[in-house]
This record gives sequence, structure tokens and C-alpha cells, in this order.
Amino acid sequence: MLSVRNVTTQLDGFRLDNVSFDVGNGDYFVLLGPSGAGKSVLVEVLAGITGVRGGAILLDGKDVTHARPQHRGMATLFQEPSLFPHLTVARNIGYGLHGTRMSRRDFHERVHDLAKDVGVSHLLSRYPGTLSGGEVQRVALARCLAVSPGCLLLDEPLVALDSAARVAMRALLRDVKRMGLTVVHVTHDFEEAVSLASHVGILEGGRLVQAGTSREVFRCPKTPFAAQFIGFRNCFAGYLLQGPTGGVAEFDAGGCVFRVATSSPTSRGYVVLRVRDVTVTRALLAVNGYNVLEGTVTDVIPAPFGDEVVADIGVEITATAPRGDTASPGIERGERVWVSFEPDDAVFIKDSNAFSTPDVAGGLHGSERRQD
Amino acid sequence: MPRTRFVADPLHLMFAALGGLVLLFIVAPLASMVIHTPVADLARTAADDEMRRSVWLTLWSALLATLLLSVFSIPFAYLLARKPFPGKRLVLAIVDLPIVIPHSAAGVALLGVLSRDSLIGGTAERIGIQFVGGAPGIVAAMAFVSVPFLVNAARDGFAAVPERYEKAARSLGASSLRVFMTIAIPLAWRSILSGLVLMWARGMSEFGAVVMVAYHPMITPVFIYERFGAWGLRYARPASVLFLGVCLLVFIAARLLARGRAHAER
Repeated sequence: MLSVRNVTTQLDGFRLDNVSFDVGNGDYFVLLGPSGAGKSVLVEVLAGITGVRGGAILLDGKDVTHARPQHRGMATLFQEPSLFPHLTVARNIGYGLHGTRMSRRDFHERVHDLAKDVGVSHLLSRYPGTLSGGEVQRVALARCLAVSPGCLLLDEPLVALDSAARVAMRALLRDVKRMGLTVVHVTHDFEEAVSLASHVGILEGGRLVQAGTSREVFRCPKTPFAAQFIGFRNCFAGYLLQGPTGGVAEFDAGGCVFRVATSSPTSRGYVVLRVRDVTVTRALLAVNGYNVLEGTVTDVIPAPFGDEVVADIGVEITATAPRGDTASPGIERGERVWVSFEPDDAVFIKDSNAFSTPDVAGGLHGSERRQD
Repeated sequence: MPRTRFVADPLHLMFAALGGLVLLFIVAPLASMVIHTPVADLARTAADDEMRRSVWLTLWSALLATLLLSVFSIPFAYLLARKPFPGKRLVLAIVDLPIVIPHSAAGVALLGVLSRDSLIGGTAERIGIQFVGGAPGIVAAMAFVSVPFLVNAARDGFAAVPERYEKAARSLGASSLRVFMTIAIPLAWRSILSGLVLMWARGMSEFGAVVMVAYHPMITPVFIYERFGAWGLRYARPASVLFLGVCLLVFIAARLLARGRAHAER
């Protein structure tokens, strides 16, 4: 188990501030964050390449906060290709096995087994300069696995790959997950997190703003930043006007009011919604319990699985017009449309700085407050 | 298939002409020296024992100076490339000092610490090492004037090795020493080798510092000077041409060695 306790450090303008999380044995922990959030610094801190100013790092109960990288029992797969260019693929994979007092035969067997596991058996005698980006990262992964690390650190390992190589590498990382290895994987890619994580943390400006199982985090983001980062592209600031009535409250987003499934008391806060959970149609859909709001289309964005439509319903909301929907083909700018979504799909996030008593007079206006 | 027409930039043509003059400036005196040296004189000088001894002394003294100093200089260059520390600029300036001071002055400075009256020179003499007027003094003088070439080339080589390779190696359990020996040195090898060749070549061609510390035994540059002073240009030329040939051979061999290694890694 990896325990990170109040770790603080600073490196070249990037700062980590009191970061704490636990990664259980066999968990695949994905740390999500935008560029500059401190993800790579955190990996370097865990790997021992960068020192800490405060806090502690424990691996399987052993304090490794100030241990040298080679004594930590962690292996790191870096974002940029880091295979040793002067060594063949086989020697790269076996690099960490030197000094393990393994017999020559076991050494070769281990290298061949790992190469087979990651699908690079045919490349063993090649030099890294002749490999594709995907092959390089596979070899780098095999090299990390060779040392049987207590924790595998992955620093945006897919970022430099093309889409086909990325899919293949993700499949390989899912195999690693199934092996039961403890993994910390940092990325800015929400889809990468969805496809791999058992647990997720969200890093913002060097602070961990949320951590939990992937289900918890993806279903109930705790901050608007976290919500937007994990795909809730609609975010409205406003007030929860009315206490829970059968688990449903009304939310005043400034320009419009809609229903939200929440048991939260009256409070200032935010409502977030995924684009895919909001539907736009020309005709009025009368579905019981749904929020159905009329608005004007301000933009239409082509997307792979149906156009995304931005509509002004008092605040701007982005919805999906499913492709092949005969009721609403080719919605255009300026049209009047109906936007609908379920209260269950809207997530209320209480403003952590707000008092419970609403200050309706100082009303927020959704589109303006979104930038708060 | 029509050939791509190359349109020369007039400015580049002018630069090429200027470069041609520089090359001419280097090649012309050497070519003239070779052309004006009769083969018979060359053969006679090549058979001269004193000449042969001087060439061997020059070669191995420069080689020994290079190898001895490389043990200290290569790790030092790594430190200079990788670690920031207070006073680093001063240290870098000190490394370059032997390049900028007159080499005769370097010889005088060396005499100050290597003569039998000094602590180092006196101690060395008690254990049988004679710097002044001896091969150890020649090695020391050659090392003094040529070591910046090795340190600077190796430092540039280490600096060009991306640190991520070393980070990756350390995360795979390698000690700092193993990272240095198996990652940093092999990846900076071409620059290091280039530095070694430059240091060796610079050591072989040294005259000013060596002549102050040890006129005898004679290294070839001193031998050429002696021939010139005693008998004139005609007698200095064959020795110069022969030594030029030796230097070129060493230089070419070292370059081929470096290239061969680079091909092997590809």
C-alpha cells in the first residue's frame, strides 16, 4: 500500500501543497489534472527524483520519504521516451535485473517472458531508435515490470502516442491492472482515467481536490473544477432554493430554474451536467419529472455521435442532438428548441465558502458566475 | 525526372569564399612545407634515432597525460554538466585558464610547484620522480595546457544527454555510480572521445610549457625547434613533416574508432 501524507514541495514554479492519498495494494490510482497542476512533480516526488519539503511517503508501511530512488521499490514509466538508446531492447528490459544475483538463464527467461507479455518478442535485438512510439512505451513498461516494483508510477505514458498505439497501450495497462500491481498513473486525459482507474484523484493547482473510487468521483464531483475536468461540461452557479422534497430541490441558475435530485440543504453552489445527459429537440417532450426548458440555439458543434447544440435557456447549456433523430434533424442557429434532462443527472455541488442561508438578492447569473 | 535547380544565395556564396580563404590560410603553409621537403631528407630524418625517440616520447607522454587526467576530468565534467553549485562560473573560468595564459608562463608556473625546491617537486624527487628535466615534467606540462579540451568536451557531452535516461535508470534500482558508468558515459562517449583526442593532440603539439619544464629529453616540437635553431629551416622541415604525418595518423585513427563505435550502436 502506498500512503502519501501531507506532501509539500516546490520545483521550477510548480508546487504541491499538502497532498495526501492512499493507494491500496493492487489499486490502479489515476491522478487527473490539467497541465501545470503538478502531476509530473508528484511522480518525481514519489520516485524520489525530487525531494519533499514536508510530509511523508510510505510504501507497504516503510517510510521512503527520503530514500534514494533506487531504494524505493518503485519504477517509473515516463511521458517522454526514456529507453536507453545505446542498449538493445533486450538489454533495456534486463537493465534493472543486473545485481539481482539471478542466474544467466533465469535472466534471459525473464526478459523473454516480459517481452512476450508486452508483445515485443520480435524486437529484442533492435535498438530503441528503430522502434515506433508505441513499441518504445511497451518496452519501457516491460523494463519497469522486470524489477517487480512495489508501486508502478506512470507519468502520462500515452501522451506521445497516436490513437491506435494508445488503444493498444491502454489494453496493456488493463492487463497490468489485472496483474494486481499497485499503480499510480497521472494524466490529463479523462477518458484514460475512465478506462483504467479503480480509484481517481483530481489535482488542481498543486492540491488534491478530490480522491475516491472512480465511481464516486465520476458520479459525485466535489468541486466545479473536478466536475468540468471529468466531463461535466455544463456548470451553473446559483442557489439551491428549496429544501429537499422527496429528494428533489429547485436550483436557481440566475436566468432559469430547474430541478435537481439532491438531499443538500438550501445553499449557494453549482449544478453540473454531462452533455450526453441533456437532450435537445424541436418538439416539446412531455416526460414526467424531467426538466424541460425552452431556449434559442446559439451554436451547433459537429461531434462524432450527434451534433452538440448550445442553447440559451436563460443560461447557456450544451446538449446533444442525437444523430439520426428524425424529430430534430439539422438543428440550426437561432432556432427555438426544447432542452430536457433528468434531475437525477444533475449533480449539485455545495459552494464550500457559502453559508446555508441563501442570499437570493445577490443572485448569481449562470454564464457569468461560471468563471468564478 | 527533372533535377531540382539549386539557386545559390549570394550571401552564402560570399561566406563560402571567405571560408575558402580560411582553409587556404591553414592548408597553404602546410602544403608548402610538404612540397619543399625532399623525400631523401624525410627518409634520413625518419631513420634518425633522436627523431624516433622524440616522436615516441611525445606520443606516450601526451597519451599518459590524457589517460591520467581523464580519471579526474571525466567525473568532474559530469558534475559540471549536471549540478548547479555556488561559484560554478568561477570554476568554469578556472578550467579555461590554461587556454588563455601564455604557455611559457604556464611552464614558469609549473616550475614553481614541480622544481626540487618546491614541496611537490621535492617530495617527488625523494621517491625517485624527477619532474624538471624529466618525462614526468613533460607529462605534467602537456596535461596542464591540454586538460581544458577534455573537460569542456566531456561536459558538453554529458549536458547533451537527457536527464530522463538517468532518472529512468535510477528508478530501475541503479546506483548513482552504475547510472554514471552505464548510462551517462556511454551516451556522452563520442564527446568524451573527441575530448580525449583533442587533449592528446594538444598535448603532442605543446612546446612552450614543456620547454620551460624539460628541454631534455626532447619531445618532437622541441626537437624541431632545436633543428631550426642549430641548422636552419631545411633541417627543421623533414622533422616537421614527419611529425605532421604522425599527428594526422593519430587523429584519423581516433576519429575512425569513434565512428566505428557509433555505427555499432546504430
